[in-house]
Amino acid sequence: MIKINNLHASIDGKEILKGINLEVKAGEVHAIMGPNGSGKSTLSSVLAGREEFEVTEGSVEFDGKDLLDLSPEDRAREGLFLAFQYPVEIPGVSNINFLKTAINEKRAYLNQEPVSAKEFLGMVKEKSALVELDSKLANRSVNEGFSGGEKKRNEIFQMAMLSPKLSILDETDSGLDIDALRIVANGVNKLKSPNNATIVITHYQRLLDYIVPDFVHVLYNGKIVKSGGKELAIELEEKGYDWIKSENVEL
Amino acid sequence: MTTAELTKKDTFLAALSPLQFNEDSYFEGLRNNAKNELAELDFPTSKTEYWKYTRLGKIVNNTYTLGQPDKIDITNFLIPNLEAHVLVVINGYYSPELSNFTEIDGVTLTSLSAAKKQGFEGLKKHFNQFTQDKKEIFLALNNAFHTDGIYLEVAKNNNVEKPYHILNITTGNNTISQSRNLFIGNVGSQVKIIESFINVGGEKNFNNHVSEFFVAENTHLEYNKIQDKKENNFSIATEQVYQEANSNFTINTATFNGALVRNNLNIEVDASNCETNLNGLYLGKNKDHIDNHTVVDHKKPHCNSNEVYRGVLDDESTGVFNGKVFVRQDAQITNAFQQNNNILLSDNATANSKPELEIYADDVKCSHGSTTGQIDEEAIFYLQSRGISKKGALKLMINAFAKDALERISIETLHEYIDAKIEEELS
Repeated sequence: MIKINNLHASIDGKEILKGINLEVKAGEVHAIMGPNGSGKSTLSSVLAGREEFEVTEGSVEFDGKDLLDLSPEDRAREGLFLAFQYPVEIPGVSNINFLKTAINEKRAYLNQEPVSAKEFLGMVKEKSALVELDSKLANRSVNEGFSGGEKKRNEIFQMAMLSPKLSILDETDSGLDIDALRIVANGVNKLKSPNNATIVITHYQRLLDYIVPDFVHVLYNGKIVKSGGKELAIELEEKGYDWIKSENVEL
Repeated sequence: MTTAELTKKDTFLAALSPLQFNEDSYFEGLRNNAKNELAELDFPTSKTEYWKYTRLGKIVNNTYTLGQPDKIDITNFLIPNLEAHVLVVINGYYSPELSNFTEIDGVTLTSLSAAKKQGFEGLKKHFNQFTQDKKEIFLALNNAFHTDGIYLEVAKNNNVEKPYHILNITTGNNTISQSRNLFIGNVGSQVKIIESFINVGGEKNFNNHVSEFFVAENTHLEYNKIQDKKENNFSIATEQVYQEANSNFTINTATFNGALVRNNLNIEVDASNCETNLNGLYLGKNKDHIDNHTVVDHKKPHCNSNEVYRGVLDDESTGVFNGKVFVRQDAQITNAFQQNNNILLSDNATANSKPELEIYADDVKCSHGSTTGQIDEEAIFYLQSRGISKKGALKLMINAFAKDALERISIETLHEYIDAKIEEELS
């Protein structure tokens, strides 16, 4: 589904990603872990198309297309979804209105008919239930006045509405209490299918108790320095990131 | 004061001097007072604080011909699906042929000139009451040389459901017109008014308009003002409002176009338990210059006023906002809120914002704020990351920002019309 090859990226001339290699296939869940400042959020930003980052080397192939060549909106329309670490509040723009616009722009891009009002309302009802999001929130301005947990649930709600091929969850667990974490993870698990894939970016192993990864990668200093199965996450939790850091000093 | 400026005023007055009014001595006296006042006044310059950000060169340097009654097709200016009494004023003259309304009990509705001939009691009591000796040249010009407009008086305890829609139109080129309205809501009445200021065809037309509002005890009056003067036209409009106890006055001003638009809104809240809402939206394009000056004068206790003005300024347009709220010593327990927000869509657009509070009472809740900025880039990226184009994201956000300013329009079809108009103008 996505093939990241020797990806280098920098911001303001400072190199953050120093040669990332990663392949994610349909049906898989990958976790990317790493200490603060290792480049986790930069990776998600570069994949989603944030302009501040400059890709200096490497390539990303998404479903056969050159991802880096696409605008952020086209990446989304091709089926990439980023759940933000800090979802943005947009006063005055209703959640529903904006999602309808998003779905219809995606459909137009794929030469599909616009969503009917009935179909759309059915989707809203079904998908908001998935993350136990109050339907009143769906009608409010995007994230405005939402609690931290509501914002994250709203991210997963949007993900459900857009049914992406590849979802990147950027520190979705940050700021969540254990109940909200369970709800969010539940939503993600229910959306899992053999046709889509998920990249979970997280600092802590906690989330991975709920969203069980097939592969775990450790990002350190702009590179993936270790990969393994889900046990790697547990090992990391026990030994801490210093273990990785010291290993890398030795390298 | 230079001789050149004096000449401009003289030229202006010379253009207006052929106007003949044939009114009774009372109204003639009022005009003469204004003419005497004019002798003492001059056009403001950028040194005049009240006009600091609005240069009047475009208006005062132009040579005008007097507006004449005219007949045009008004179909395009009606608001779709709106059930309303329609009143038409063209170039400062009431047009009975184009107007379409039904007489209803409890409402006195005529042209201002007819009202003067009939000598209505309400007219004598309130006309010119809130506009004289204000030392404002454009107000004095209108006092002295206004031609005609609408006189609307709602009798005590009448709730008029169907709104009145006034089409205030200018036609021709270099036309000067001075329309004048008086709206009286007697004790316990309710009425809603819409006034569309439109220009048809030509350019460099100047409309110097004045409306007076008397809002008696327990009266609810809503005035919706739509300024849509395409092309290169000038407009100065002054509203003088007087509120009595327990009354509610709401004004919504939507300004879509205009080379030079200046609104002077003055509201005197002279009794307790009043509510005042003043909201505005201005969308500037090209070299439009749109200026809103508002004054809310709280003189008595227990009143609320809410003010929100928003501007979206593109190209080389300029928005000016100056909102003054006075809370006099007697006006304890006043809640006064004022907000002005601007979005600049271009590097060459300008917003001048000056919110002012003058508080002489000590037990009050007042706030004011002003923001001017670009659209939040992070929000744009967020919307893009969901598959919405950058253009679409901008549109969603600007529309939301703009529409929010005029939330208080209570006439549903007008609300829809304005929202559609905002979308059209911003697309």
